[in-house]
Amino acid sequence: MNPPTGPGVELFPEWRGKPLDDVLYECRELLEDEEYPTVRRWRQAGGKVLGHFQVYFPEEIAHAAGMLPYKVRGAPVDAVHADSRFGSYLCSILKTSLEIALSGKVELDMFVTHPICDAARNLAAIFGRNFDYPCQILYLPQNANSGYAAGYLRDEYDRLRQKVEEVAGTPVSDDDIRDSLAVYNENRRLLRALYDIKRDTPWVISADEAYVLVAVGGMIRREEHNALLRAVLPEIAERPVRRQDKIRVVYEGGFCEQPPLDLIRSVGRSCYVVDDDLMIGLRWILEDVPTAGDPLLNLATAYLESSSYSPVQHDLRKPKEKMLLERIRAADAKAAIVTAAKMCEPGLEEQVAYIQMLEREDIPYFVSEFEENMTGFDGLEIQLETFLENLLFD
Amino acid sequence: MSPSGSAETIVGRGNREGADLFREWFEELGVAAAEERGAAYVFVMGSLAELLRTFDFPIVFPEINSLQTAVRRVAHEYLDEAEDYGYSPDICGYVKADVAVQLRRGDHPMGRVPKPAIAVNTNACNTYIKWAEIWERMYGTPTFTLDVPGTREAGGQTWRGDAAFENDRKYVAAQLTELIGLCEKVSGVKFDVDRLRENMSSANRMSIGWKRVLELNRCRPATFNALTDGTIYLGVANALRGTERGAQYFDELAEEMEYKAEAGLGTISEELYRLIFVGVPCYPLFRRFNEMFTEPGGTFVNSTYLWFASGGSNLGFQYDLEDPLESLAEGLLVSVRDAMDSMFFQTQILSDMVTDYSADGVVYHPIKSCRTVSTGLADSRRDLMDSRDVATLFIESDMMDRRVVSEAQLKNRVDAFFEGLASRRQRAAIG
Repeated sequence: MNPPTGPGVELFPEWRGKPLDDVLYECRELLEDEEYPTVRRWRQAGGKVLGHFQVYFPEEIAHAAGMLPYKVRGAPVDAVHADSRFGSYLCSILKTSLEIALSGKVELDMFVTHPICDAARNLAAIFGRNFDYPCQILYLPQNANSGYAAGYLRDEYDRLRQKVEEVAGTPVSDDDIRDSLAVYNENRRLLRALYDIKRDTPWVISADEAYVLVAVGGMIRREEHNALLRAVLPEIAERPVRRQDKIRVVYEGGFCEQPPLDLIRSVGRSCYVVDDDLMIGLRWILEDVPTAGDPLLNLATAYLESSSYSPVQHDLRKPKEKMLLERIRAADAKAAIVTAAKMCEPGLEEQVAYIQMLEREDIPYFVSEFEENMTGFDGLEIQLETFLENLLFD
Repeated sequence: MSPSGSAETIVGRGNREGADLFREWFEELGVAAAEERGAAYVFVMGSLAELLRTFDFPIVFPEINSLQTAVRRVAHEYLDEAEDYGYSPDICGYVKADVAVQLRRGDHPMGRVPKPAIAVNTNACNTYIKWAEIWERMYGTPTFTLDVPGTREAGGQTWRGDAAFENDRKYVAAQLTELIGLCEKVSGVKFDVDRLRENMSSANRMSIGWKRVLELNRCRPATFNALTDGTIYLGVANALRGTERGAQYFDELAEEMEYKAEAGLGTISEELYRLIFVGVPCYPLFRRFNEMFTEPGGTFVNSTYLWFASGGSNLGFQYDLEDPLESLAEGLLVSVRDAMDSMFFQTQILSDMVTDYSADGVVYHPIKSCRTVSTGLADSRRDLMDSRDVATLFIESDMMDRRVVSEAQLKNRVDAFFEGLASRRQRAAIG
């Protein structure tokens, strides 16, 4: 384990020394803990927390300042305090992300959102009107095809670095960022290895188990996440589980608001989810980011040139339906589950293009909407099983 | 400025000529469609019309086309068609109406819309980006997203000379160069900087006129209704941006408003209460919605709509014609950023408007179709009410979809708002 910077406290010790099933149980418990213990522990130890809204955030910059980058991804809670701050016709994640802050469950020292959609870009102003800490929009480039985009983003990251230095109360050197890049490069490698297992031997890890292993990464320092993944990946690969006759599917639609864990579990019971876009921001950069040279430029270039896709990034080189098709083919999937969060405009708009492509390519698909707060999945499970049985006996 | 003409010819001229110009512009689009000339599809927040006109593109504003279907009370037909095609009821109605226009090969209640030869959008609204992707898929249209970084946090605007501003300006300038190359390729017309200067000069005059017109509504009574008259002016501001005729229109409009201000002429309704409108108009009930406010004596004296839907022209930014491309980049950055500020960071803007326009009330109108404008309005209202003693009304409906517009419910809320305004006034009189 790399030596932690910041207050040096271990945020998630519960998994240590336990067998694999118990480790996965502890990950699930952490993810569903409405007291957000990792944030609380970090703050109690004197650490600062930077909350960043979905989808992608260059966590390395906050990490290099010794802060805890915390992925703000909503929560399955009632928006008791936040509801009055919003109107109707909005996705749930906006409200619950504000709720966990207003309720005092997640105390931040800085909040950053992105212009990923029309609703989310409002969050900087909304948080800013409700909290005294800096609340900003990080303008990730929306013209990914401009020859100047990487240069612009490098300077935008430098602006962010200066703000983070103010909040953290410590300078952040290029070498500090290089060290963080190395930590995150290892994290990226480990997450790719986890997805290799999902793709190659999906019977050894269920959809919800893989999900919790990824998602806790947005709640703890990545050194700890690396240690966790280093420990469990070999055990998962060796898990004595028999292969079942299940359809291989790609799950699409979890790039921002997250489906309830029970929904992911329901899906995983019916089929093998061999690839997905769940928490894609934590897996956005697909390769190691070079540590030599200008680390901010490297990070900016990687965002644009070595990255995944989502409905909220426009890149002429990456039409989303083409990218989904590639994901399906690379994973040797036989079908796709195309979902969108309720009221999620980019997700709902993209569904049309996805469906047209799937029709053209004659790939079976299942379409649905979800909300992070939904609780009943029986109907969905029956519909999905019917869809999959039809494929099995086709 | 000395008015040219009599009261009969001056008063109401802006509305009459605005409507005529708007029709003429649409007829020109019909000609382009008939001749199968491809158009530049653009949006109101950063249309770049002054640049695109140098390549002889007819300019199409899909947002305006869509809202016209609602004003003409046929939006539901278009929305139904797009929903049958696969689009969700929960996405922007403007997008869906345009999808149906495209599926109908450009058929529109005002005529026929030419197909896109190129689509140019800023990031002022994320839906612009998703919308352009639809044309990309339908027609293979070359699209260009001109990324204009906005204000990072409330009160955090940067200006010329700041390192952060210079980074943003260089980014916008570089993209403009790239866009010019794409336009040359698509149009086959070589870029002519002198034509750009000419168009920018017209845009400068228009911006001066627009700023002056807005300022003149500070007088009592207000010279125009920001919701109804203002929308006509906005139509011209967008459709004729970068043209001599558009500039002339705003010269004359400013002249009309000067005349009305001097003569103490207000709008057609009695002005008992001065109101500010926040959001996007309710186009499915456009006239009736306004009457709910004007009948009890309300006049809309300004709106955030007149700011952001003019792409920030309200600032009156003046291009430096000696250095047109650099200045175009700066003007876009400043103006589009301002348009975004009036949607995201509008509390201080509204507070200033209340003071400058002596407003009695602020009407928030979030809509289902537009999260850009609507998401923060409830919280912004709470914030404004914490800092200002001003009456507010919060009513939700839509700019396109009559299924979520309930006239009776709106009327109830509006009536109660006016009772509150009257009561406040009585209490103030008593002291």
